[in-house]
Amino acid sequence: MRQVYLDYSATTPVKKEVLDAMLPYFTEVYGNPSSLYSISDASKEAIATARGQVAELIGATDKEIFFTSGGTEADNWALMGVTDALKNKGNHIITTKIEHHAILHTCEFLEKHGFEVTYLDVNAEGMVEPAALEAAIRDNTVLVSIMMINNEVGTLQPIRELAAIAKAHGVLFHTDAVQAAGNVEIDVKEMGIDLLSMSAHKIYGPKGIGALYVRRGVRISNYMHGGAQETRKRAGTENLPGIVGFGKAAEMAKANLQAHIDHCSSLRNYLVEQIMANLEDVHVNGSMEYRHPGNANMTFEYIEGEAMLLYLDMHGISVSTGSACSSKSLTPSHVLTALGIPVERIHGTLRMTVGDMTTKEDIDYTVEVLVKVVNKLREISSVSKEKGW
Amino acid sequence: MANMYNDKVMDHFMNPHNVGEIENADGVGTYGSPVCGDMMKISLSIDENEVITDAKFKTFGCGSAIASSSVATDMIIGKTVEEALAITNEEIIAELGGLPAIKVHCSVLADHAIKSAVYDYAQKHGKTYAALEGFDPNAEEDDHHDIPEEE
Repeated sequence: MRQVYLDYSATTPVKKEVLDAMLPYFTEVYGNPSSLYSISDASKEAIATARGQVAELIGATDKEIFFTSGGTEADNWALMGVTDALKNKGNHIITTKIEHHAILHTCEFLEKHGFEVTYLDVNAEGMVEPAALEAAIRDNTVLVSIMMINNEVGTLQPIRELAAIAKAHGVLFHTDAVQAAGNVEIDVKEMGIDLLSMSAHKIYGPKGIGALYVRRGVRISNYMHGGAQETRKRAGTENLPGIVGFGKAAEMAKANLQAHIDHCSSLRNYLVEQIMANLEDVHVNGSMEYRHPGNANMTFEYIEGEAMLLYLDMHGISVSTGSACSSKSLTPSHVLTALGIPVERIHGTLRMTVGDMTTKEDIDYTVEVLVKVVNKLREISSVSKEKGW
Repeated sequence: MANMYNDKVMDHFMNPHNVGEIENADGVGTYGSPVCGDMMKISLSIDENEVITDAKFKTFGCGSAIASSSVATDMIIGKTVEEALAITNEEIIAELGGLPAIKVHCSVLADHAIKSAVYDYAQKHGKTYAALEGFDPNAEEDDHHDIPEEE
């Protein structure tokens, strides 16, 4: 059976070049980078090279990149570290209702420990209104954290404008760029970003490695304690093969950026067009203008997402859904809810993300199967266009 | 994902039995709502001996809701109304060879949809059944929400 992977926002396969770069660092170059003897020199050098490669992807300097265990740790560290360092200045954080749970659940934790959090709304297109941020900033605000690209609907936020507002009030600006790195041009200096989270496995690198960019001069407390690694900012023996892989993946993402964007956006647009041409009562969620190049988030009326996902899976096609029925909590997607999409339609939502390995044939096959699946489930469904919801 | 369901559930989901609506049905019932994520509509043909001669369903819902609908309609065809009313959601789950704990409510949906259809039949034909005592076909049983998130 044909296998079509359309969930590149969940994770990506490791590219061959990345794996090849990593392999020697499991068996041949294994010295602990913290050790003083000569065999560790190669480990230290490899980390320095990777740090430079990751820094270059986002326009940072080497010294501003701190490796973490992934995007989640980077998000946790940014919030916990900044709020701790600035706890005498204030206790108010501003974020949005559409953040990843790595941000939202950390904010909830901080709320239990005396911090106040404002969760900004987004408009129907999934965009944060800069005026809403301006209005939310208070004297005691210490941090604004707004994701660059949303993981579900793929909306690209006006980061420059939002960061400028934070800066005008002397407030630090963090962005979760886990979905954005390697998918849009990022220049932290030019965009005015103080802290930025990223993850390797979203850019064809390995899982379990990420980084936090911390602009030089930003005060941040440590989050992981227990060693002098990462210039004493993040303890723990370095994930050497992971760091090397992240570096290689970042280097390739930088070199291939425009080709990657063109490839993904043309296939994504083709996917959306073909679905819209072959099915009625289908909607695209979120702005098509400011969007992740590979993301298609669509609602199929009158049917439920987990059922669609299962049928597609039986045909070798991997996608994800915002339906409550597929989540462990049985709650519908908080992102789609924030966009104002009615709950019954959220249940019928699929996220499909294309990537570098996706082909036009993959899309043709997906559309062919998806049209059959949607029509079959609509035949089974107790709601329909004629009968309404 | 497919691993969360056994082969029998997957078979009833992929090839559901008794999909459709009976014209001039003797009893029609709908249970659940699209807002909750699942809604089953069931229609019954019932003969003069109170035997269910046919049952059809339409369901908006996930894989287990569709599979539960399919197997539940299979189970009641050929049974008397009293026998059909005695079927519990646990028996529907057993017939499916088990459902994940988080999907148990889908079997409740099928069980309640059957009762709703019989309720409609009883109303139209002036009949009363002990098993329907206190049953409200319009009750919104919101039993599967507010489960704390675990990620």
